[in-house]
Amino acid sequence: MIWLDGAKAGVLLFFTVVLQISIASEIDVLGGRPDLLLVVLMVIALLRGPVYGAVAGFCAGLLADMGTFGTLGVSSLLFTLAGYWIGRYGETTGRDRSHAPLLSVAVVTLLFAFAALALHFMLGETAPARAVLVDALFPSLLLNLVLTVPVYALVRRLLRPLDAGDRAQVVRLLG
Amino acid sequence: MGVLVLLSLVLITVSFREESGGALHRVGGAGATVLRPFEVGAERIARPFRDAYGWIAGLVHAKSDNERLRRELDEARQQASQGRAAIKQNDAFRAALRFIDSAQFPKDFQPVNTRVLGGATAFEQRVIIAAGSNSGIHVDTPVVTQDGLVGTVTDLTGRASKVTLLTDEESAVQAVDIFTGATGLVRHGQGEGALVFDRVPKELAVAEGDLIVTAGTRSKQYPSLFPYGIQIGKVNSVGQTDTSTFKQIQIEPFVDFGSLDSVIALVTRKPQPEAP
Repeated sequence: MIWLDGAKAGVLLFFTVVLQISIASEIDVLGGRPDLLLVVLMVIALLRGPVYGAVAGFCAGLLADMGTFGTLGVSSLLFTLAGYWIGRYGETTGRDRSHAPLLSVAVVTLLFAFAALALHFMLGETAPARAVLVDALFPSLLLNLVLTVPVYALVRRLLRPLDAGDRAQVVRLLG
Repeated sequence: MGVLVLLSLVLITVSFREESGGALHRVGGAGATVLRPFEVGAERIARPFRDAYGWIAGLVHAKSDNERLRRELDEARQQASQGRAAIKQNDAFRAALRFIDSAQFPKDFQPVNTRVLGGATAFEQRVIIAAGSNSGIHVDTPVVTQDGLVGTVTDLTGRASKVTLLTDEESAVQAVDIFTGATGLVRHGQGEGALVFDRVPKELAVAEGDLIVTAGTRSKQYPSLFPYGIQIGKVNSVGQTDTSTFKQIQIEPFVDFGSLDSVIALVTRKPQPEAP
């Protein structure tokens, strides 16, 4: 069951990377571009938890960096952290809340932009703060939120939410 | 998670420090090669929808565009007839002088027409194209469209290349005002897709509407990657202040960097001359 889940998520992320590179990155609405990969990853992390989210984030980031000739590891690092964090949020409080996907995508889109900018700056690469934080951030945020609802519905059908027994294996209760 | 973060940091460090032919670079190239057929497929599926959107969006400005284009066509006709006469005269002078020249655009270049696969991000003004070293492309190959200069190839595999656009912060090209001969550097300006013609001394003349083209190599110390004469854009504002050494010139690029569908990589047929 776990392997089947992993295979489904793997195929989904592979094609999401392809769509992100070839189609989503070309869509420009008011200066913003949708980040389909981030949205799909957040939904997977929310449904499957932090470890799953982190591994999915690492693999998807690595593939995205390869596809765009980027510095290998940059997207992996950011997506790993985002996947883990949102997986943790889903595991502890957010999973059954209807606003959790929208809230997760909104918060991560904002933090992702700041973190990516800081990382590119530290690496001495092009880091146009005005373009990323002023011109593109809010249109991108809106586009990501628009994508979240259909993506959540689709991924939820593909990756069935964990039942109580499955969750007990994921969360270790303390105290 | 700690392991994955550590692995990411190791990847960043190695990838950042190694040379372009390194092991990790080759692994990245293999990944890009695996993704490429899927990217081409996705791009083909999306193309009709993109074209339909472009067609509808084009209708909004069709009337004003039509008037402007008719005006420009009249001007272009006049310039073309003058240009033809000048070319003929120039060829005659070159033949008389037995002039030996470097690679000329476009006759000394083999065009590699290729599709844009996407890959734009907010951080880097770049696109991925569906042709690489197997087509004769190499790092620093100039990339153009029918409208003008797009950028240069900055990374590549056998079947795909990364093109850094002229609007990227790290791009700059030596350019010349074709009407006055004033030279300077064209580089990114404020705002998406904006360009400035920088480093033009105040004593040189540049006027609104002037055509800016690549200058080619002007100094043997700093050979240009671009041949002379590739169109870049036209001047849409010129300013200068008492305190500044150079003019402030803004250029309207001929290429629409936001909607590149296909481009032409210029592979030279003639070896670049090397300075002694």
